[in-house]
Amino acid sequence: MAGRRRITVKVNGVEYEREVDPKRLLVDFLRDDLELIGTHVGCEHGFCGACTVLFNGRSIRSCLMFAVQADGAEIMTVEGLAGDGKLHPLQEAFREHHALQCGFCTPGMLMVAYELLRDNPDPTEEEVRLAIAGVLCRCTGYKQIIDAVIAAAPKMRGK
Amino acid sequence: MKPSAFEYFTASTVAEAISLLERYEDEAKIIAGGQSLVPMMNFRVAQPEVLIDINGIKELDYIRQEDDEIVIGALTRERDVELSPLVQEKCPILAEAISLIGHASIRTRGTIGGSLVHADPAAEIPVAIYGLDAKMKVVGPSGERTLEPEEFFLSYLTTSLEPSEILVEVRIPVLPQKTGWSFVELTRRRGDFYIVAVASILFMGKGGVCKEARICLGGVGPTSIRAEEAEEILAGQVITDALIEKAGQKAAEAADPESDYHASAEYRRDMTRVFVQRGLAEARNRAKGG
Ligand SMILES: Cc1cc2nc3c(=O)[nH]c(=O)nc-3n(C[C@H](O)[C@H](O)[C@H](O)COP(=O)(O)OP(=O)(O)OC[C@H]3O[C@@H](n4cnc5c(N)ncnc54)[C@H](O)[C@@H]3O)c2cc1C
Ligand code: FES
Ligand code: FES
Repeated sequence: MAGRRRITVKVNGVEYEREVDPKRLLVDFLRDDLELIGTHVGCEHGFCGACTVLFNGRSIRSCLMFAVQADGAEIMTVEGLAGDGKLHPLQEAFREHHALQCGFCTPGMLMVAYELLRDNPDPTEEEVRLAIAGVLCRCTGYKQIIDAVIAAAPKMRGK
Repeated sequence: MKPSAFEYFTASTVAEAISLLERYEDEAKIIAGGQSLVPMMNFRVAQPEVLIDINGIKELDYIRQEDDEIVIGALTRERDVELSPLVQEKCPILAEAISLIGHASIRTRGTIGGSLVHADPAAEIPVAIYGLDAKMKVVGPSGERTLEPEEFFLSYLTTSLEPSEILVEVRIPVLPQKTGWSFVELTRRRGDFYIVAVASILFMGKGGVCKEARICLGGVGPTSIRAEEAEEILAGQVITDALIEKAGQKAAEAADPESDYHASAEYRRDMTRVFVQRGLAEARNRAKGG
C-alpha cells in the first residue's frame, strides 16, 4: 500500500531526483541511495548525533526524519565541507589537534561545529562545549575536539 | 532498527489534517517534529499504518502577542520559541525551560505542540505550561476546545485529546514586569531528560510582598503538578530564607514519585525539596532585579 514518492533534494549544491519509500530514513537515503556515506548512522534514535546534517541551514538528526519529508530541501553533509581537493579549515584543525581517533562521531562533530562557527564566529569555550554536547564521542575525551574548534574559529573568520 | 511501512499523507491545512484523522482513526498518527515519534517508530514501539505530516501547515507556525497573552502555534519549533525576543521578554521562563531540552539539533525540529501532546513526564515544556497557567486550544471535527493544563494532561504520555483532534495553539498569559521566576532541573548530563524539574513564579505586590506564588514540579508523578500547599506558605509574605526552607519541605510532601533506573522515589522526593529551595531563591533574586 505504501506508495513510493518522487522527491527532489539539493545536497551539497547538487540536485538529486529519486523515488523513495515513505519509511526510508533520511540518513539511509543519503548513504544508500545517494551513496554519500560520509554521514554516519549509529543509534537511530536521536541520541548519538553521528547522523547530523544541515537541513535548510540548521543542524538536525537525519535518523529522525523520513526522506519524503526532505522533498524540496537543501541539505549539507560532511562531504560539502572540503572543496577543490582541499580540506575545510575545520577539518584541518581536527587533523592538527588529533580531534578524531576512530572517526565515527566526526561527521556529526564537524557539522555542529560548522553551524556554531557560522552563527557565532568567536565562541567561548563554554559555547563550543554546549554546541558539541549533543554528539557523543567514545574515543577522544572531547578535549581535542574543543581545541580544534577553537583553533578553527579565526581561520574561518579570515576566510 | 528501521520503522515498519506506512502510508504517508501531507496536510496543508488544519481541516485537511482533521479529515485525514477522521478517515483513518486509530491507524493514523500525526507527525510534527518527529523527535519523539520517529525514535519510537525506529524501535517499533509505534507502528502507525498512516502518517499525517503537518509540517506543511504554515498557519500553525507563529508567535505573537494578543492583549495580555503570548500565543504560539502548535507547529512552532522549540528552537524558535527559545530564541524569540517576544518570548524572552514576556515569558522568559518558557525560553529558559526550552533551552534545557536535549540539544539544539533536536529543538530545531521538535515543536511546542509535539512536546505537549507527547506528554512525557520528564519533559520541560509541560512544567512551564503548568506554572504559567497556559491554555491549550485543540480543534476537531465538532469544533474547538480550550483546555487548562489540568484538563489537557491526564497521565504518562496521555492527554485528553480525542483521536481526531489536533492541538493548534498555546495561549500563555504574559508575566508582569518584576515577576520573579526560575526554571531549575536535575539532570546527570546537560540535555538529558530531567530527574526533577521545578518552575517557580513569584508575582510581586507592594513593599516586596509576594502576592501569589506558583511552584510546579516535574518528574514526581505521571504529570506535572502544582505544589499548592507550598505556594500558600509564600502568598502574601515577604519571602525569607526560612519561608523558602519551609516551602521546599512542603513541596517534597506533595511529590509522589516512583522509583526507576534513573533515581529512587526517595531521592526524587529529596531533590524536589532541594530544587524548590534553589529555584525559589533564584526567583526571589530576579524579583529584586538581581
Ligand atoms: C535525543 C533526544 C533528546 C531529547 N531530549 C528531550 C528533553 O530533554 N526534554 C524534552 O522535553 N524533550 C526531549 N526530547 C523530545 C523533543 O522535545 C520532542 O521534539 C518533543 O517531545 C516532541 O515534539 P515533536 O514536534 O518532535 O513531536 P512528534 O515526535 O512529531 O510527535 C509526538 C507526538 O505528538 C503527536 N502530535 C504532534 N503534534 C501534534 C499536534 N499538533 N496535534 C496532535 N498531535 C500531535 C504525534 O502524533 C505524536 O504522538 C528529546 C528528543 C530526542 C530525540
Ligand atoms: S544515528 Fe542519528 S542520532 Fe544516532
Ligand atoms: S573519534 Fe571515535 S567516536 Fe569520536
